[in-house]
Amino acid sequence: MKAALIALRAVVAREALRFIHQRERFVAALVRPLVWLLVFAAGFRAALGLSITPPYQTYITYETYIVPGLLGMILLFNGMQSSLSLVYDREMGSMKVLLTAPLPRWWLLMSKLLGSTAISILQCYAFLAIAALFGIDFAPWGYLAILPALVLAGLMLGALGLALSSFIKQLENFAGVMNFVIFPMFFLSSALYPLWKMAESSRLLHDICAANPFTHAVELIRFALYLDFNPLALLWTLLATLAFGALALWGYDPARGMKRAR
Amino acid sequence: MTLTVEGLSYAYGAKQALDGVTFQAPPGRFTALLGPNGAGKTTLFGLFAGLLRPGAGTISVAGHPMGRAALARMGIVFQQPTLDLDLTVTQNLRYAAALRGIAGRDAGRRIDQALDRLAMRERAAEKVRALNGGHRRRTEIARALLHEPSVLLCDEPTVGLDAASRSAITEHVHALATEGLAVLWATHLTDEVREGDHLLILHRGRLLADGPVAEVTAGAPLSDHFLSVTGAAA
Repeated sequence: MKAALIALRAVVAREALRFIHQRERFVAALVRPLVWLLVFAAGFRAALGLSITPPYQTYITYETYIVPGLLGMILLFNGMQSSLSLVYDREMGSMKVLLTAPLPRWWLLMSKLLGSTAISILQCYAFLAIAALFGIDFAPWGYLAILPALVLAGLMLGALGLALSSFIKQLENFAGVMNFVIFPMFFLSSALYPLWKMAESSRLLHDICAANPFTHAVELIRFALYLDFNPLALLWTLLATLAFGALALWGYDPARGMKRAR
Repeated sequence: MTLTVEGLSYAYGAKQALDGVTFQAPPGRFTALLGPNGAGKTTLFGLFAGLLRPGAGTISVAGHPMGRAALARMGIVFQQPTLDLDLTVTQNLRYAAALRGIAGRDAGRRIDQALDRLAMRERAAEKVRALNGGHRRRTEIARALLHEPSVLLCDEPTVGLDAASRSAITEHVHALATEGLAVLWATHLTDEVREGDHLLILHRGRLLADGPVAEVTAGAPLSDHFLSVTGAAA
């Protein structure tokens, strides 16, 4: 047990060290959602009228609406980026070092997930701090209440990235996955527009958005930000985390995953 | 016996990479696994590391069948570089030690010892990116020794190194074997094998020879013998 915890700490610390060494990555990860918040949202403010739906109890500006979605965006991009680093790692061979540690494989993969999630959450709070400087702020307890939601959403998206990385042989294939996973996941969700808006345009698109686990991760964060709780979102996010986690474990099973990855 | 391989087979789809391979690597011995490219050496290491699962046969290390107990007794040096270039030698070693549950002062002591054994102590604080190929390899060997394994497995560790680094590393690892470690050293270069070594010749997934070098070659130069058996079998 002690050995497992020492290993966990080392994997998380290594993720943090790698992150510190890549300062551009930190800046890029912050610039992306800030551009959406300060430019895109400003432009769309007038175009998108929002009605009062839970968890909101009063009219809100569009900038306020998309903050949980942009937190989700940070977690989504980071989850994919850390799996990109896994593909890179495996090509570089250091994934072999991790996987030959005499510990259960699920523990090693989960350590890696926790490490990347911790980094993502730091970025989320840095983003919230900058947003607050621009006057987009929330109740103080809301900042604390979103922490467990961010952890769960981060684990879910990290597990998805991990699962994808086990099926991708080379870095080049990864660009395709970015297009086929990140963009559909982000746009077919409640991150940028409420689902009832989507229903006005297309019932089918609405249903796809409603089934997208990313929608539920974003809603979990949105409700938590207002000290509200959305049990359905929690259930969906939990189930998706378990499903993606199981897929990742299967992908890294020596009986198949690494064989294909060679 | 430290490392025992019995009837080991592995196939990539229809391509048989290893076919009923059986051998042992005893402690205190440098066992050279000589084979041309594509012989199945790297597949064999993938099986040792648990990255692949054998189609048939067994591997055991110090009496433990493949699994966590066996992994804990193995030190592996992979063919591809596996160090984190942005971290220092010590940081890389600390990470590896922690993955095996070793931390704190104990880790520091073992790191110093392992670096000393490979004459790498003065490089401890350098970033791996700043090291030459030979020193990077030595760092990887030091890393494989941190947890005091009973067997050291090296998969063509001299690939891409210049002649001087190659001979220095071969020298170092031969010295480790004389200290009592079981060493399995995969290579396609006959000049890395010494007179007193135990020799295995692997070709197209099958073991063609298993015995002391002098016995296998019957007095002929090893390079000639190696060419004749792998050439004839081709």
